[in-house]
Parts: sequence; C-alpha cells; structure tokens
Amino acid sequence: MVLLKGNASCQGCPHSIAFKALSYLENPIVLMPAGCSTVIAGLHPNSSLEIPCVHVPFPATPAVSYGLSTGLKKRGIKANVVAWMGDGSVDISYSLLTGSALRNDDIIVIVVDNEAYMNTGVQSSGTTFWKAKTTTSPKGKREERRDVALQMALHRVPYVATASIGYMRDFIKKVKKAGKVEGFRFIHVHCPCPPGWGFESSKTVEIARKAIQCRAWILWEYENKKFRISNISKKARGNGLKDYLLSQARLRHLSDEDIEEIRRRIEEEWKLLEHLEKL
Amino acid sequence: MGQKKLLTGNHAIAEAVKIAKPDVIAAYPITPQTPIVEKLAEMTENGELDAEFVRVESEYAALSVILGAISAGARGFTATSSQGLLYMYEVCWWVAGSRLPMVMAIATRAIGAPWNIHGDHNDIIVLRDTGWIIGMVENAQEAFDMTLQAFKVSEEVSLPFAVGLDGFQLTHTAEVVEIRDYELPKRKLLPHTIEPSSKFALNAVTSGIPKLKARHEQAKDLEKAKEIIKEVDKEFPVSYGGLVEEYKLEDADYIVVMMGGWCGDAKDAIDLLRKDGIQIGMLRLRFLRPFPTKEIEKLDGNILVVDRSNSDYRGVLGLEVSAIKNGIKNVITGFGGMELDTQDFVKIFKKFVNNEIKDVEWWYGSAER
Repeated sequence: MVLLKGNASCQGCPHSIAFKALSYLENPIVLMPAGCSTVIAGLHPNSSLEIPCVHVPFPATPAVSYGLSTGLKKRGIKANVVAWMGDGSVDISYSLLTGSALRNDDIIVIVVDNEAYMNTGVQSSGTTFWKAKTTTSPKGKREERRDVALQMALHRVPYVATASIGYMRDFIKKVKKAGKVEGFRFIHVHCPCPPGWGFESSKTVEIARKAIQCRAWILWEYENKKFRISNISKKARGNGLKDYLLSQARLRHLSDEDIEEIRRRIEEEWKLLEHLEKL
Repeated sequence: MGQKKLLTGNHAIAEAVKIAKPDVIAAYPITPQTPIVEKLAEMTENGELDAEFVRVESEYAALSVILGAISAGARGFTATSSQGLLYMYEVCWWVAGSRLPMVMAIATRAIGAPWNIHGDHNDIIVLRDTGWIIGMVENAQEAFDMTLQAFKVSEEVSLPFAVGLDGFQLTHTAEVVEIRDYELPKRKLLPHTIEPSSKFALNAVTSGIPKLKARHEQAKDLEKAKEIIKEVDKEFPVSYGGLVEEYKLEDADYIVVMMGGWCGDAKDAIDLLRKDGIQIGMLRLRFLRPFPTKEIEKLDGNILVVDRSNSDYRGVLGLEVSAIKNGIKNVITGFGGMELDTQDFVKIFKKFVNNEIKDVEWWYGSAER
C-alpha cells in the first residue's frame, strides 16, 4: 500500500487507484509537481504516502528527478526515481520532459492524465478531449489533444507505454517492466475524473474501461524499439463510443456529427498504431 | 604556497570548483558565464574531475537538476548570468527554501530590454529576497577563494551561495591566481537528505505558521552565516575581512561604499585623492546577503554609495545603506558594460568631497546624455 487511508483525494479519485502501482517498484522515490497529487499527499508534517516524496516546482519535475537519481547514483544508492506528473505538468514542463528523454535520463515518468487542470478547478489542458467543456473552454475545446506518449516514444527511449486505471493488472505489469529497465521510461495513464468530467464517483473504473472498449484510449507499449498494441486493446471491439462520450457531462453537448468526427479520428489513431506495430 | 596560474575570472572559478569536487554539475551556456562551464565540461571529459556533467536545455532545468542532486546529499554546482538567472528564478527560491547547500557562480550582466550582454549588477540583486548567500568579488583571486569558501559556508548553514563576478571586466580578463592548497570536508548528510529509506515528504504543503517558521529559521541562519563567513575567511592565506573589506577607512571623513570589480579602480582614485590630503576611504561590500548591517552602522563620516543597479529612482545598494544611515549620497552608473576608469572615480569622488553630488545622481561621465 503506497497511499494511506484517510488521504485528501475526492471520492472515486483515479489517482488514488493509480498510486497502488508504485508499490510494485523496488526502492521507489516519488517526485511531485503542483497538482491534485500534491494535495492527496498531505499537509506538512504529515504524509499520506508510505514512500519518500519530494514536492517540486511545477515545471521542474523531470529535471529534479534526474538530479536526484544521479545524486543517489553518485553516492552508490539504488533507487527508482518516479516523476509523478499530471497533464498540466506535462504542458508546463514540456521542454524539460523532452530534454530528459533526449538525454535518456534514468527516471520513470508516470503521467496521471485526467484530461484537464483539475486541481485549479477544471481548466483545459493539452490532453483535454476535443470538444470537451472546461471552465476555460465553456463551449468545448477547439484543439486536438496532445499525444504525449507517442511523442516520447519518438525520442527512441527504452520504454514507453499507455495504461489505464480501469485495467490495473496491465498497468502494474507495465510499471514492473519499467522498473527493471534503465534510462528514460514513460507511462501515460488514463485517469477519468468524476468531478472534472461529470460522472458519478462510483463509476471511475467503469468509465475508464468504456474508454478502452471504444478505443478512445488505446493501450500500447514501445519496447526494444518496437511498438505493440496491448492485448486488452486488441481484444476491444471499438464499440460503445457514443455511450462513453455521453456518459460524461463535459461531452453531453456533442452532436451526432461530432461523434462521427471523433469516431473517424479514433480510427485514424488506431490505423497509425497498427502501422507502427508492423515496423 | 600553491601553484600560480594565469587565469581569467571564469577559469579561476572553474579551478576552484575542481578542488571542491562536486558530484553533479548542470549548466546551460550564457555570455559571459559560458567559459566556466566549458572548462568544467573539459575537466570532466578528460577525467580531471569526477563529476556528472549534465547538458540541460535551459537554466530552469540546470538549477532543477542541481536541486535534485543536492536533495540526495550530493555536492552540486551551476553557473549563469542575467536572463539565465531570471529564467531559473523560481527554482532559486525552492533551493533556498529546501535548506540545501550548493554554489552558483553569477557572471553579472545587464538584463534586457533593450538587449545588452555586458556587465552591471541588475541581475544578481534579484536574489536579495530568496534567502541565498550573495557574495561579490573584486578580482580573479578572490573569485577563486570565495568559490572554495562558498562550498564550506553553504554546507555549514544549509543555504545556497551565489558568487558574483563582474561580466567581462573579471570574467574575461586574466590575472595571476594562486591555486590554494585546500581540502574541503566531505558534504555532511542532512536530516532531510532523500534516500529510498527516507520516511517523510520534503516540501509538502504548509499553511500559515509552519511557513512563517520556515522563513524565520532561514533568515536566522542567514544571520548566522555572518560569523561562519568570517571564520572561513580567516582559514585562507589572505583574509579579505569577512563581510566587508575596509580600505583606508581608519581616519576617513569621506567614505565610499561599493561592490565588485570596479572597486580596484576606485581604490586607485582614493590613493590619488589621499595624495592631495583628502581623507577618503572605502568600505567594499563583499556580501549583499547577509547584509553587513553592523559594519555600516559603525561608519563615521560622509557616505557615498556607488551603484551598478537600480530599483525605482535609487541605486539598490543606496537603498540598502540608507535603511541604516541617514543623509547618504548615491551615484548610479556603469550599466550595460559602461566602463569607468580611475579618472572617472577621481571626478565623482572630488564632486562628493566638494558636496556637489545630489542625493541621487545618475552619472554619465563625459558622455552625452
């Protein structure tokens, strides 16, 4: 158990599920920029995490993580240093993130992506779903979401994966794998957020699974320079897109044309991944 | 006696860093600091220095990498100037607030806009409120000595230390520097050193009183640094006087307060005026933080502060000194690499002695305004 009971997470918080995966790493140290996780981790002098945690300035996470990893290595101490970032942190530290990937820094980056700046009250982020309503996109976001994992894989780093809190066994398997590799490792975790997306707090896992089943979120791995779509996503039929979208208040305004456009974009993404897999 | 070498201010700093044996160096180039980190990269590549040299993509990342390394108990160093210091400014607060030691060299330079890559002090003064120890040297030897001393002082009080040296005037001019025969103690591990076995969170959210307390402790330790600076200063073959250097002050009726490389030229001007029987001397500030309050309180005479930075209409040192002494005069000049020679200082000091300097005066020398 990494995250203790009585922490400050909201009901049905996907991050509180995601934290469980960290207990499968040897010698973990987690670094945290500003975000929901900062609050969940607790007020000084208490900590709701059973592993050492370092809070860092918002854009700094990948670089501080690498400094910590290097400092410990210099002192002969083994650790799995985890940069635990939200999608907001990805936006603001993007240059540090790509710098870290370029150097193949020995860290694990885990992005817990709830598709908006939730800690400041649901503002649009780089990964916010197309057309999703947030407080800074009240009529729906106009831009396409950022595919961070694919961008990281194109740095040709040792390990990149996408994961979901709806399929914890798959996520844990990927975390364990990442823990055994040296260099820059990146796992992008889909984290449906009840208050941010507008669904009941008992349905976090259900929504996360729907996203996988309709391929709005696709699970894959990039390892030894090879792409592979994960079995769960291969088995998913791509059904239930409309149900997935309309079960969230942020997307309930979508027209049939919007939904068709999303279906088209998802097919495009699937084809791209199938193509990458063949390489 | 250590070996003597002909070194620029930048290379003097690199030589001192080599002796300090940092574990991690991270840096991003910026004029006029660049030769420091180029030299350190060379030293690590050819095995003279066993450090990890991290080539980062920005100053923000440079200081962030060092923040991580020093959290892990390693010794860290970086260097920057001007825009680079501003770009990493957020992390400067985090390093000081985390109560971690490190050393950063600042080759002081003007800040845009408009563009200017030459020397003044408007960059280093932005560190005033962060909790860093801020030193300012007069020559390459002092750059070497202060850099070595900085590691020791910083590690004694768990506060980061910035060593300032004037861009170009010191960074790019060569002097004979004695390489001191000095060994630093190993870096102590702090109670909040982060290891996999640590049972706490570092820098978790605080509210109200714990935040006030953290800042208060930091301020108290910055005060404590005053004594440590003085002690460490005495361990070296040449003692600079601690927080300040007194130059011909004993009988001085007129006192100039300044910091940085141009103090050398100003001292020559003082010598010339002394030949004319004018009792003038200098209090050279070696430290902007902790500020030498007591040393300024003690001053007995007419005071002129010559500044290479400003805040509002006044010079920054002028503001600092006027918080302690009434009726001071303040000259602001030397921005953006503007050179002042001994004759300029002779003119300024004569006007000061003749009571012809306004309370605040922006000095253009003979140049057209």
